[in-house]
Amino acid sequence: MDEQIRRNRRASWLLMGFVVALLAALGFVIGAAVLGGTDGGLGLLGVFGVVAIAWSILGYYSGDKMVLAVSGAHQVSHENEPQLFNVVEEMTIAAGLPNVPAVYVIEEPAPNAFATGRDPQHSSVAVTRGMMQMLDREELQGVVAHEMSHIRNYDIRFATLVGILVGMIALVADFFLRWSFWGGFGRRRGGGDSGGNAGAIMMVVALVLAILAPLAAYGVQFAISRRREYLADASAVELTRNPLGLARALNDIAGDPQPLRHANRATAHLYIANPLKNKKTKEVSGVFDTHPPIQKRIAILLEMAHVGLEALVPGRRAAEAAGVSAAAAGPAEAAGASNGASGLRPHDPPPPPAPPA
Amino acid sequence: MIAVIVIIVILVVLGIIFAGIYNSLVGRRNRVDNSWSQIEVQLKRRHDLIPNLVEAVKDYMSYEQETLTKVTAARAAAINAGSQGPQAQAQAENMLTESLKSLFAVVENYPDLKANQNVLSLQEELTATENKISFARQFYNDSVLTYNNKIQMFPSNVIAGMFNFTTRQFFEAPEGDREVPKVDLR
Repeated sequence: MDEQIRRNRRASWLLMGFVVALLAALGFVIGAAVLGGTDGGLGLLGVFGVVAIAWSILGYYSGDKMVLAVSGAHQVSHENEPQLFNVVEEMTIAAGLPNVPAVYVIEEPAPNAFATGRDPQHSSVAVTRGMMQMLDREELQGVVAHEMSHIRNYDIRFATLVGILVGMIALVADFFLRWSFWGGFGRRRGGGDSGGNAGAIMMVVALVLAILAPLAAYGVQFAISRRREYLADASAVELTRNPLGLARALNDIAGDPQPLRHANRATAHLYIANPLKNKKTKEVSGVFDTHPPIQKRIAILLEMAHVGLEALVPGRRAAEAAGVSAAAAGPAEAAGASNGASGLRPHDPPPPPAPPA
Repeated sequence: MIAVIVIIVILVVLGIIFAGIYNSLVGRRNRVDNSWSQIEVQLKRRHDLIPNLVEAVKDYMSYEQETLTKVTAARAAAINAGSQGPQAQAQAENMLTESLKSLFAVVENYPDLKANQNVLSLQEELTATENKISFARQFYNDSVLTYNNKIQMFPSNVIAGMFNFTTRQFFEAPEGDREVPKVDLR
Protein backbone atom coordinates (compact mmCIF):
# COMPACT_ATOMS: atom_id res chain seq x y z
CA MET A 1 0.00 0.00 0.00
CA ASP A 2 2.85 2.38 0.83
CA GLU A 3 4.29 1.54 -2.56
CA GLN A 4 0.98 2.48 -4.18
CA ILE A 5 0.90 5.79 -2.30
CA ARG A 6 4.42 6.66 -3.44
CA ARG A 7 3.54 5.75 -6.98
CA ASN A 8 0.47 7.96 -6.96
CA ARG A 9 2.36 10.91 -5.52
CA ARG A 10 5.05 10.59 -8.15
CA ALA A 11 2.52 10.10 -10.92
CA SER A 12 0.68 13.25 -9.83
CA TRP A 13 3.83 15.33 -10.14
CA LEU A 14 4.76 13.75 -13.45
CA LEU A 15 1.29 14.39 -14.78
CA MET A 16 1.37 18.07 -13.85
CA GLY A 17 4.81 18.44 -15.44
CA PHE A 18 3.68 16.59 -18.54
CA VAL A 19 0.59 18.74 -18.95
CA VAL A 20 2.47 22.00 -18.43
CA ALA A 21 5.05 20.92 -21.01
CA LEU A 22 2.40 19.76 -23.45
CA LEU A 23 0.46 22.99 -23.20
CA ALA A 24 3.59 25.10 -23.47
CA ALA A 25 4.53 23.21 -26.64
CA LEU A 26 1.01 23.64 -27.93
CA GLY A 27 1.26 27.35 -27.14
CA PHE A 28 4.52 27.64 -29.04
CA VAL A 29 3.22 25.94 -32.16
CA ILE A 30 -0.08 27.78 -32.18
CA GLY A 31 1.65 31.07 -31.46
CA ALA A 32 4.15 30.52 -34.25
CA ALA A 33 1.39 29.64 -36.66
CA VAL A 34 -1.07 32.35 -35.74
CA LEU A 35 1.01 35.27 -34.54
CA GLY A 36 3.92 34.39 -36.75
CA GLY A 37 7.55 33.54 -36.09
CA THR A 38 9.50 32.53 -33.03
CA ASP A 39 8.46 35.62 -31.09
CA GLY A 40 4.79 34.80 -31.39
CA GLY A 41 5.56 31.21 -30.48
CA LEU A 42 7.50 32.15 -27.37
CA GLY A 43 4.87 34.68 -26.38
CA LEU A 44 2.05 32.16 -26.46
CA LEU A 45 4.33 29.53 -24.90
CA GLY A 46 4.69 31.82 -21.90
CA VAL A 47 0.98 32.50 -21.67
CA PHE A 48 0.00 28.85 -22.01
CA GLY A 49 2.72 27.79 -19.59
CA VAL A 50 1.61 30.19 -16.87
CA VAL A 51 -2.03 29.27 -17.35
CA ALA A 52 -1.19 25.56 -17.20
CA ILE A 53 0.81 25.97 -13.99
CA ALA A 54 -1.95 28.04 -12.40
CA TRP A 55 -4.54 25.51 -13.48
CA SER A 56 -2.46 22.62 -12.09
CA ILE A 57 -2.17 24.34 -8.71
CA LEU A 58 -5.87 25.10 -8.72
CA GLY A 59 -6.58 21.50 -9.71
CA TYR A 60 -4.41 20.19 -6.89
CA TYR A 61 -6.08 22.24 -4.19
CA SER A 62 -9.65 22.60 -5.48
CA GLY A 63 -9.98 19.85 -8.05
CA ASP A 64 -12.25 17.90 -5.73
CA LYS A 65 -14.63 20.83 -5.37
CA MET A 66 -14.75 21.27 -9.14
CA VAL A 67 -15.40 17.58 -9.76
CA LEU A 68 -18.15 17.51 -7.13
CA ALA A 69 -19.76 20.63 -8.59
CA VAL A 70 -19.65 19.27 -12.14
CA SER A 71 -21.21 16.03 -10.88
CA GLY A 72 -24.11 17.83 -9.25
CA ALA A 73 -23.30 16.42 -5.80
CA HIS A 74 -24.54 18.01 -2.57
CA GLN A 75 -23.12 17.37 0.87
CA VAL A 76 -25.15 15.43 3.46
CA SER A 77 -24.79 14.94 7.19
CA HIS A 78 -25.58 12.19 9.64
CA GLU A 79 -29.02 13.74 10.22
CA ASN A 80 -30.02 13.66 6.51
CA GLU A 81 -28.62 10.27 5.55
CA PRO A 82 -27.84 8.26 8.67
CA GLN A 83 -27.22 4.95 6.95
CA LEU A 84 -24.90 6.23 4.23
CA PHE A 85 -23.02 8.30 6.76
CA ASN A 86 -22.69 5.36 9.14
CA VAL A 87 -21.38 3.10 6.39
CA VAL A 88 -18.76 5.70 5.45
CA GLU A 89 -17.74 5.97 9.10
CA GLU A 90 -17.47 2.19 9.39
CA MET A 91 -15.17 1.99 6.40
CA THR A 92 -13.07 4.89 7.67
CA ILE A 93 -12.47 2.94 10.85
CA ALA A 94 -11.72 -0.27 8.96
CA ALA A 95 -9.16 1.57 6.83
CA GLY A 96 -7.67 3.24 9.90
CA LEU A 97 -7.93 6.68 8.29
CA PRO A 98 -7.58 9.75 10.51
CA ASN A 99 -10.87 11.44 9.65
CA VAL A 100 -14.19 10.72 7.97
CA PRO A 101 -14.42 11.94 4.35
CA ALA A 102 -17.12 14.43 3.43
CA VAL A 103 -20.20 12.59 2.21
CA TYR A 104 -22.09 13.72 -0.91
CA VAL A 105 -25.21 12.54 -2.69
CA ILE A 106 -25.94 12.92 -6.41
CA GLU A 107 -29.68 13.08 -7.06
CA GLU A 108 -29.80 10.72 -10.03
CA PRO A 109 -31.40 7.30 -10.49
CA ALA A 110 -28.36 5.66 -12.17
CA PRO A 111 -26.42 3.70 -9.52
CA ASN A 112 -22.81 4.86 -9.26
CA ALA A 113 -20.27 6.35 -6.85
CA PHE A 114 -16.86 8.01 -6.78
CA ALA A 115 -14.28 9.46 -4.41
CA THR A 116 -12.17 12.56 -4.87
CA GLY A 117 -9.74 14.79 -2.98
CA ARG A 118 -6.01 15.24 -2.64
CA ASP A 119 -5.26 13.06 0.41
CA PRO A 120 -7.19 11.22 3.15
CA GLN A 121 -7.43 14.43 5.18
CA HIS A 122 -9.08 16.25 2.27
CA SER A 123 -11.35 13.68 0.69
CA SER A 124 -14.98 13.20 -0.30
CA VAL A 125 -17.20 10.28 -1.23
CA ALA A 126 -20.18 10.79 -3.53
CA VAL A 127 -22.97 8.27 -4.05
CA THR A 128 -25.99 8.56 -6.34
CA ARG A 129 -29.53 8.39 -4.99
CA GLY A 130 -30.18 5.42 -7.26
CA MET A 131 -27.31 3.54 -5.65
CA MET A 132 -28.69 4.11 -2.18
CA GLN A 133 -32.15 2.95 -3.18
CA MET A 134 -31.02 -0.10 -5.09
CA LEU A 135 -28.40 -1.54 -2.73
CA ASP A 136 -28.85 -3.10 0.67
CA ARG A 137 -26.55 -2.21 3.54
CA GLU A 138 -23.99 -4.91 2.85
CA GLU A 139 -23.71 -3.98 -0.82
CA LEU A 140 -23.42 -0.30 0.00
CA GLN A 141 -20.63 -1.19 2.41
CA GLY A 142 -18.75 -2.93 -0.41
CA VAL A 143 -19.08 0.10 -2.67
CA VAL A 144 -17.98 2.55 0.02
CA ALA A 145 -15.06 0.26 0.91
CA HIS A 146 -13.98 0.37 -2.73
CA GLU A 147 -14.02 4.17 -2.64
CA MET A 148 -12.23 4.20 0.72
CA SER A 149 -9.42 2.16 -0.84
CA HIS A 150 -9.02 4.80 -3.53
CA ILE A 151 -8.79 7.42 -0.78
CA ARG A 152 -6.36 5.44 1.34
CA ASN A 153 -3.82 4.84 -1.41
CA TYR A 154 -4.01 8.34 -2.92
CA ASP A 155 -5.65 7.21 -6.15
CA ILE A 156 -8.00 10.13 -5.61
CA ARG A 157 -5.21 12.69 -5.96
CA PHE A 158 -4.01 11.36 -9.26
CA ALA A 159 -7.46 10.60 -10.66
CA THR A 160 -8.81 14.04 -9.75
CA LEU A 161 -5.81 15.74 -11.36
CA VAL A 162 -6.27 13.64 -14.48
CA GLY A 163 -9.89 14.73 -14.68
CA ILE A 164 -9.09 18.41 -14.23
CA LEU A 165 -6.08 18.45 -16.58
CA VAL A 166 -7.60 16.26 -19.26
CA GLY A 167 -10.62 18.51 -19.19
CA MET A 168 -8.44 21.56 -19.75
CA ILE A 169 -6.38 20.11 -22.59
CA ALA A 170 -9.50 18.99 -24.38
CA LEU A 171 -10.95 22.46 -23.87
CA VAL A 172 -7.92 24.32 -25.26
CA ALA A 173 -7.49 22.02 -28.23
CA ASP A 174 -11.18 22.11 -28.99
CA PHE A 175 -11.29 25.88 -28.76
CA PHE A 176 -8.34 26.26 -31.10
CA LEU A 177 -9.74 23.81 -33.62
CA ARG A 178 -13.01 25.67 -33.79
CA TRP A 179 -11.37 29.05 -33.96
CA SER A 180 -9.05 28.03 -36.79
CA PHE A 181 -11.96 26.44 -38.62
CA TRP A 182 -14.12 29.56 -38.52
CA GLY A 183 -11.70 32.41 -38.93
CA GLY A 184 -8.13 31.50 -38.23
CA PHE A 185 -7.00 30.96 -41.79
CA GLY A 186 -8.44 34.25 -43.01
CA ARG A 187 -6.59 36.24 -40.42
CA ARG A 188 -3.39 34.38 -41.09
CA ARG A 189 -3.57 35.29 -44.78
CA GLY A 190 -3.88 38.99 -44.03
CA GLY A 191 -1.21 38.85 -41.36
CA GLY A 192 2.43 38.57 -42.28
CA ASP A 193 4.41 37.56 -45.27
CA SER A 194 7.34 36.67 -43.06
CA GLY A 195 5.98 33.17 -42.48
CA GLY A 196 5.14 32.01 -45.97
CA ASN A 197 5.63 28.28 -46.35
CA ALA A 198 6.98 27.95 -42.85
CA GLY A 199 3.78 29.47 -41.49
CA ALA A 200 1.62 27.04 -43.41
CA ILE A 201 3.68 24.11 -42.11
CA MET A 202 3.37 25.42 -38.56
CA MET A 203 -0.36 25.69 -39.08
CA VAL A 204 -0.56 22.02 -40.06
CA VAL A 205 1.62 21.03 -37.12
CA ALA A 206 -0.60 23.06 -34.82
CA LEU A 207 -3.70 21.33 -36.10
CA VAL A 208 -2.12 17.91 -35.72
CA LEU A 209 -1.01 18.78 -32.19
CA ALA A 210 -4.42 20.11 -31.31
CA ILE A 211 -5.92 16.80 -32.38
CA LEU A 212 -3.24 14.67 -30.76
CA ALA A 213 -3.12 16.48 -27.43
CA PRO A 214 -6.52 15.40 -26.17
CA LEU A 215 -5.91 11.89 -27.47
CA ALA A 216 -2.67 11.72 -25.51
CA ALA A 217 -4.44 13.01 -22.45
CA TYR A 218 -7.21 10.43 -22.84
CA GLY A 219 -4.54 7.79 -23.31
CA VAL A 220 -3.17 8.60 -19.87
CA GLN A 221 -6.66 8.45 -18.48
CA PHE A 222 -7.35 5.01 -19.92
CA ALA A 223 -4.03 3.59 -18.90
CA ILE A 224 -4.27 4.58 -15.29
CA SER A 225 -7.71 3.58 -14.26
CA ARG A 226 -8.28 -0.04 -15.14
CA ARG A 227 -5.63 -1.62 -12.95
CA ARG A 228 -6.62 0.65 -10.11
CA GLU A 229 -10.18 -0.65 -10.15
CA TYR A 230 -9.06 -4.26 -9.65
CA LEU A 231 -6.74 -3.14 -6.88
CA ALA A 232 -9.46 -1.13 -5.15
CA ASP A 233 -11.84 -4.11 -5.38
CA ALA A 234 -9.26 -6.31 -3.67
CA SER A 235 -8.52 -3.72 -0.97
CA ALA A 236 -12.24 -3.22 -0.42
CA VAL A 237 -12.51 -6.91 0.42
CA GLU A 238 -9.61 -6.55 2.81
CA LEU A 239 -11.64 -3.89 4.61
CA THR A 240 -15.07 -5.53 4.66
CA ARG A 241 -13.89 -9.17 4.65
CA ASN A 242 -16.96 -9.75 2.55
CA PRO A 243 -16.38 -10.17 -1.20
CA LEU A 244 -20.04 -10.99 -1.81
CA GLY A 245 -21.32 -7.56 -0.83
CA LEU A 246 -19.27 -5.80 -3.49
CA ALA A 247 -19.89 -8.56 -6.04
CA ARG A 248 -23.65 -8.23 -5.60
CA ALA A 249 -23.41 -4.45 -5.79
CA LEU A 250 -21.45 -4.59 -9.05
CA ASN A 251 -23.95 -7.08 -10.42
CA ASP A 252 -26.80 -4.71 -9.60
CA ILE A 253 -24.93 -1.80 -11.19
CA ALA A 254 -24.22 -3.84 -14.32
CA GLY A 255 -27.90 -4.69 -14.61
CA ASP A 256 -28.93 -1.05 -14.67
CA PRO A 257 -29.02 0.46 -18.14
CA GLN A 258 -29.25 4.16 -17.24
CA PRO A 259 -26.26 6.39 -17.96
CA LEU A 260 -25.31 9.05 -15.45
CA ARG A 261 -26.29 12.44 -16.87
CA HIS A 262 -23.80 14.43 -14.82
CA ALA A 263 -20.76 12.36 -15.83
CA ASN A 264 -18.58 13.25 -18.81
CA ARG A 265 -15.38 12.08 -20.48
CA ALA A 266 -13.21 14.01 -18.05
CA THR A 267 -14.77 12.54 -14.90
CA ALA A 268 -15.84 9.08 -16.13
CA HIS A 269 -12.72 7.32 -14.82
CA LEU A 270 -13.46 8.43 -11.25
CA TYR A 271 -16.61 6.32 -10.94
CA ILE A 272 -16.78 2.78 -9.61
CA ALA A 273 -18.42 1.61 -12.85
CA ASN A 274 -18.46 3.25 -16.25
CA PRO A 275 -21.13 5.96 -15.97
CA LEU A 276 -21.40 6.53 -19.73
CA LYS A 277 -22.44 2.98 -20.48
CA ASN A 278 -25.18 3.53 -22.99
CA LYS A 279 -23.42 6.10 -25.07
CA LYS A 280 -20.60 3.70 -25.80
CA THR A 281 -21.98 0.18 -25.69
CA LYS A 282 -20.74 -0.84 -29.11
CA GLU A 283 -17.14 -0.07 -28.40
CA VAL A 284 -15.05 -3.21 -28.09
CA SER A 285 -13.47 -3.70 -24.71
CA GLY A 286 -9.96 -2.39 -25.23
CA VAL A 287 -7.69 0.63 -25.15
CA PHE A 288 -10.51 3.12 -24.89
CA ASP A 289 -12.30 1.69 -21.88
CA THR A 290 -11.91 3.58 -18.63
CA HIS A 291 -13.06 0.55 -16.64
CA PRO A 292 -12.29 -3.17 -16.67
CA PRO A 293 -15.13 -5.44 -17.77
CA ILE A 294 -17.52 -5.54 -14.83
CA GLN A 295 -18.23 -9.25 -15.32
CA LYS A 296 -14.56 -10.00 -14.79
CA ARG A 297 -14.50 -7.95 -11.61
CA ILE A 298 -17.52 -9.86 -10.34
CA ALA A 299 -15.95 -13.20 -11.25
CA ILE A 300 -12.76 -12.36 -9.32
CA LEU A 301 -14.79 -11.33 -6.26
CA LEU A 302 -16.86 -14.50 -6.38
CA GLU A 303 -13.68 -16.54 -6.55
CA MET A 304 -12.45 -14.81 -3.39
CA ALA A 305 -15.67 -15.82 -1.68
CA HIS A 306 -15.36 -19.40 -2.98
CA VAL A 307 -18.88 -19.33 -4.37
CA GLY A 308 -20.50 -19.52 -7.77
CA LEU A 309 -22.82 -17.23 -9.66
CA GLU A 310 -25.86 -18.42 -7.71
CA ALA A 311 -24.58 -16.36 -4.78
CA LEU A 312 -25.48 -13.21 -6.67
CA VAL A 313 -29.11 -13.50 -5.61
CA PRO A 314 -29.71 -9.82 -4.93
CA GLY A 315 -30.34 -8.86 -1.37
CA ARG A 316 -33.51 -6.92 -1.93
CA ARG A 317 -35.15 -8.56 -4.86
CA ALA A 318 -37.60 -11.39 -4.75
CA ALA A 319 -35.52 -14.45 -4.02
CA GLU A 320 -37.32 -16.91 -6.24
CA ALA A 321 -37.17 -14.75 -9.37
CA ALA A 322 -33.46 -14.14 -9.06
CA GLY A 323 -32.84 -17.77 -8.16
CA VAL A 324 -34.47 -19.05 -11.32
CA SER A 325 -32.67 -16.65 -13.61
CA ALA A 326 -29.30 -17.08 -11.97
CA ALA A 327 -29.57 -20.80 -12.62
CA ALA A 328 -30.62 -20.13 -16.20
CA ALA A 329 -27.64 -17.91 -16.82
CA GLY A 330 -25.35 -20.82 -16.21
CA PRO A 331 -21.83 -20.93 -14.80
CA ALA A 332 -20.11 -20.53 -18.16
CA GLU A 333 -20.53 -16.81 -17.87
CA ALA A 334 -18.49 -16.51 -14.74
CA ALA A 335 -15.33 -17.37 -16.61
CA GLY A 336 -15.89 -15.09 -19.48
CA ALA A 337 -16.06 -11.41 -19.75
CA SER A 338 -16.34 -12.45 -23.38
CA ASN A 339 -19.54 -10.52 -23.83
CA GLY A 340 -18.66 -8.19 -21.02
CA ALA A 341 -18.25 -4.94 -22.93
CA SER A 342 -21.77 -3.82 -22.27
CA GLY A 343 -21.67 -4.95 -18.67
CA LEU A 344 -25.23 -6.21 -18.99
CA ARG A 345 -26.31 -9.56 -17.70
CA PRO A 346 -29.06 -11.21 -19.68
CA HIS A 347 -31.09 -12.05 -16.61
CA ASP A 348 -30.88 -8.63 -15.11
CA PRO A 349 -33.85 -6.52 -16.09
CA PRO A 350 -33.80 -2.89 -15.07
CA PRO A 351 -34.47 -3.08 -11.36
CA PRO A 352 -38.07 -2.50 -10.42
CA PRO A 353 -38.68 -0.47 -7.29
CA ALA A 354 -37.98 -3.53 -5.24
CA PRO A 355 -40.59 -4.73 -2.79
CA PRO A 356 -39.05 -5.44 0.58
CA ALA A 357 -38.26 -9.13 0.76
CA MET B 1 43.85 7.27 10.88
CA ILE B 2 41.89 5.36 8.28
CA ALA B 3 40.92 2.80 10.88
CA VAL B 4 39.50 5.56 13.08
CA ILE B 5 37.46 6.95 10.18
CA VAL B 6 36.15 3.50 9.33
CA ILE B 7 35.12 2.92 12.91
CA ILE B 8 33.38 6.29 13.08
CA VAL B 9 31.51 5.60 9.82
CA ILE B 10 30.40 2.21 11.11
CA LEU B 11 29.21 3.72 14.36
CA VAL B 12 27.27 6.44 12.56
CA VAL B 13 25.61 3.91 10.26
CA LEU B 14 24.72 1.69 13.20
CA GLY B 15 23.31 4.71 15.02
CA ILE B 16 21.09 5.58 12.07
CA ILE B 17 19.80 2.01 11.79
CA PHE B 18 19.23 1.93 15.54
CA ALA B 19 17.23 5.18 15.46
CA GLY B 20 15.20 3.99 12.49
CA ILE B 21 14.18 0.77 14.22
CA TYR B 22 13.41 2.57 17.46
CA ASN B 23 11.23 5.12 15.68
CA SER B 24 9.31 2.49 13.77
CA LEU B 25 8.68 0.62 17.04
CA VAL B 26 7.31 3.78 18.64
CA GLY B 27 5.18 4.48 15.57
CA ARG B 28 3.65 1.02 15.66
CA ARG B 29 3.03 1.18 19.38
CA ASN B 30 1.24 4.48 18.96
CA ARG B 31 -0.89 2.99 16.21
CA VAL B 32 -1.89 0.14 18.52
CA ASP B 33 -2.80 2.58 21.30
CA ASN B 34 -4.69 4.78 18.90
CA SER B 35 -6.70 1.95 17.40
CA TRP B 36 -7.46 0.67 20.89
CA SER B 37 -8.93 4.03 21.85
CA GLN B 38 -11.02 3.87 18.66
CA ILE B 39 -12.54 0.59 19.91
CA GLU B 40 -13.25 2.14 23.28
CA VAL B 41 -15.03 5.10 21.71
CA GLN B 42 -17.37 2.74 19.87
CA LEU B 43 -17.93 0.48 22.88
CA LYS B 44 -18.84 3.53 24.94
CA ARG B 45 -21.24 4.64 22.23
CA ARG B 46 -22.94 1.27 22.29
CA HIS B 47 -23.24 1.37 26.07
CA ASP B 48 -24.88 4.80 25.73
CA LEU B 49 -27.32 3.72 23.03
CA ILE B 50 -28.66 0.65 24.81
CA PRO B 51 -30.71 2.40 27.54
CA ASN B 52 -32.46 4.42 24.81
CA LEU B 53 -33.31 1.26 22.95
CA VAL B 54 -34.57 -0.52 26.05
CA GLU B 55 -36.67 2.52 26.88
CA ALA B 56 -38.13 2.65 23.38
CA VAL B 57 -39.14 -1.00 23.20
CA LYS B 58 -40.10 -1.93 26.76
CA ASP B 59 -43.72 -0.76 26.57
CA TYR B 60 -44.34 -2.94 23.55
CA MET B 61 -42.54 -5.94 24.94
CA SER B 62 -44.13 -6.58 28.28
CA TYR B 63 -43.88 -10.34 27.67
CA GLU B 64 -40.20 -10.23 26.88
CA GLN B 65 -38.87 -8.89 30.15
CA GLU B 66 -36.29 -11.64 30.30
CA THR B 67 -34.65 -10.59 27.04
CA LEU B 68 -34.54 -6.97 28.16
CA THR B 69 -33.08 -7.87 31.54
CA LYS B 70 -30.39 -9.89 29.84
CA VAL B 71 -29.40 -6.94 27.66
CA THR B 72 -29.28 -4.59 30.63
CA ALA B 73 -27.26 -7.04 32.68
CA ALA B 74 -24.84 -7.70 29.82
CA ARG B 75 -24.37 -3.98 29.40
CA ALA B 76 -23.54 -3.53 33.08
CA ALA B 77 -21.10 -6.44 32.94
CA ALA B 78 -19.42 -4.99 29.84
CA ILE B 79 -18.96 -1.60 31.48
CA ASN B 80 -17.42 -3.29 34.52
CA ALA B 81 -15.06 -5.33 32.38
CA GLY B 82 -13.73 -2.13 30.85
CA SER B 83 -10.82 -1.96 33.26
CA GLN B 84 -9.80 -5.62 33.06
CA GLY B 85 -7.77 -5.70 29.86
CA PRO B 86 -8.63 -6.59 26.26
CA GLN B 87 -9.34 -10.28 26.85
CA ALA B 88 -11.88 -9.93 29.64
CA GLN B 89 -13.43 -6.94 27.96
CA ALA B 90 -13.76 -8.76 24.65
CA GLN B 91 -15.57 -11.59 26.40
CA ALA B 92 -18.06 -9.28 28.12
CA GLU B 93 -18.66 -7.29 24.94
CA ASN B 94 -19.29 -10.48 22.98
CA MET B 95 -21.94 -11.45 25.53
CA LEU B 96 -23.55 -8.07 25.02
CA THR B 97 -23.49 -8.52 21.26
CA GLU B 98 -25.25 -11.87 21.63
CA SER B 99 -27.95 -10.46 23.90
CA LEU B 100 -28.59 -7.61 21.45
CA LYS B 101 -28.91 -10.10 18.63
CA SER B 102 -31.63 -11.98 20.47
CA LEU B 103 -33.37 -8.70 21.30
CA PHE B 104 -33.49 -7.74 17.63
CA ALA B 105 -34.71 -11.22 16.76
CA VAL B 106 -37.60 -10.65 19.18
CA VAL B 107 -38.32 -7.21 17.73
CA GLU B 108 -38.97 -8.94 14.41
CA ASN B 109 -42.07 -10.50 15.97
CA TYR B 110 -43.67 -7.15 16.81
CA PRO B 111 -45.04 -5.37 13.73
CA ASP B 112 -45.69 -2.21 15.78
CA LEU B 113 -42.06 -2.07 16.80
CA LYS B 114 -40.73 -2.74 13.35
CA ALA B 115 -42.71 0.24 12.08
CA ASN B 116 -41.70 2.54 14.92
CA GLN B 117 -39.45 5.27 13.50
CA ASN B 118 -37.58 5.74 16.76
CA VAL B 119 -36.83 2.04 17.07
CA LEU B 120 -35.80 1.87 13.43
CA SER B 121 -33.28 4.66 13.75
CA LEU B 122 -31.96 3.22 17.02
CA GLN B 123 -31.60 -0.10 15.27
CA GLU B 124 -29.60 1.51 12.44
CA GLU B 125 -27.38 3.27 14.97
CA LEU B 126 -26.76 0.06 16.91
CA THR B 127 -26.05 -1.88 13.72
CA ALA B 128 -23.59 0.81 12.70
CA THR B 129 -21.95 0.83 16.13
CA GLU B 130 -21.79 -2.97 16.06
CA ASN B 131 -20.03 -2.76 12.67
CA LYS B 132 -17.71 -0.01 13.83
CA ILE B 133 -16.70 -2.11 16.82
CA SER B 134 -15.88 -5.06 14.62
CA PHE B 135 -13.98 -2.95 12.07
CA ALA B 136 -12.09 -1.15 14.83
CA ARG B 137 -11.25 -4.54 16.31
CA GLN B 138 -10.08 -5.74 12.91
CA PHE B 139 -7.79 -2.74 12.54
CA TYR B 140 -6.58 -3.05 16.14
CA ASN B 141 -5.73 -6.72 15.73
CA ASP B 142 -3.87 -6.05 12.48
CA SER B 143 -1.90 -3.33 14.23
CA VAL B 144 -1.13 -5.61 17.18
CA LEU B 145 0.02 -8.34 14.81
CA THR B 146 2.54 -6.15 13.01
CA TYR B 147 3.68 -4.63 16.31
CA ASN B 148 4.17 -8.00 18.00
CA ASN B 149 5.98 -9.34 14.94
CA LYS B 150 8.32 -6.40 15.05
CA ILE B 151 9.02 -6.92 18.74
CA GLN B 152 9.76 -10.62 18.36
CA MET B 153 11.77 -10.62 15.15
CA PHE B 154 15.47 -9.99 14.76
CA PRO B 155 17.00 -7.40 14.77
CA SER B 156 14.25 -5.14 16.13
CA ASN B 157 13.71 -7.53 19.09
CA VAL B 158 17.09 -6.44 20.49
CA ILE B 159 16.07 -2.80 20.63
CA ALA B 160 12.56 -3.69 21.80
CA GLY B 161 14.13 -5.57 24.70
CA MET B 162 16.38 -2.66 25.62
CA PHE B 163 13.51 -0.18 25.81
CA ASN B 164 10.83 -2.36 27.29
CA PHE B 165 8.50 -2.68 24.33
CA THR B 166 6.14 -5.48 25.29
CA THR B 167 3.75 -7.49 23.15
CA ARG B 168 0.05 -6.62 23.22
CA GLN B 169 -3.05 -8.78 23.52
CA PHE B 170 -5.45 -9.30 20.67
CA PHE B 171 -9.08 -8.29 21.03
CA GLU B 172 -10.63 -11.68 20.31
CA ALA B 173 -13.52 -11.88 17.90
CA PRO B 174 -16.60 -13.90 18.79
CA GLU B 175 -16.88 -17.43 17.42
CA GLY B 176 -18.04 -17.74 13.85
CA ASP B 177 -17.00 -14.25 12.85
CA ARG B 178 -16.09 -13.64 9.26
CA GLU B 179 -12.79 -15.05 8.18
CA VAL B 180 -10.22 -13.24 6.14
CA PRO B 181 -10.73 -14.20 2.52
CA LYS B 182 -7.81 -14.93 0.25
CA VAL B 183 -6.99 -11.91 -1.87
CA ASP B 184 -6.01 -13.00 -5.33
CA LEU B 185 -4.79 -10.25 -7.64
CA ARG B 186 -4.28 -11.10 -11.25
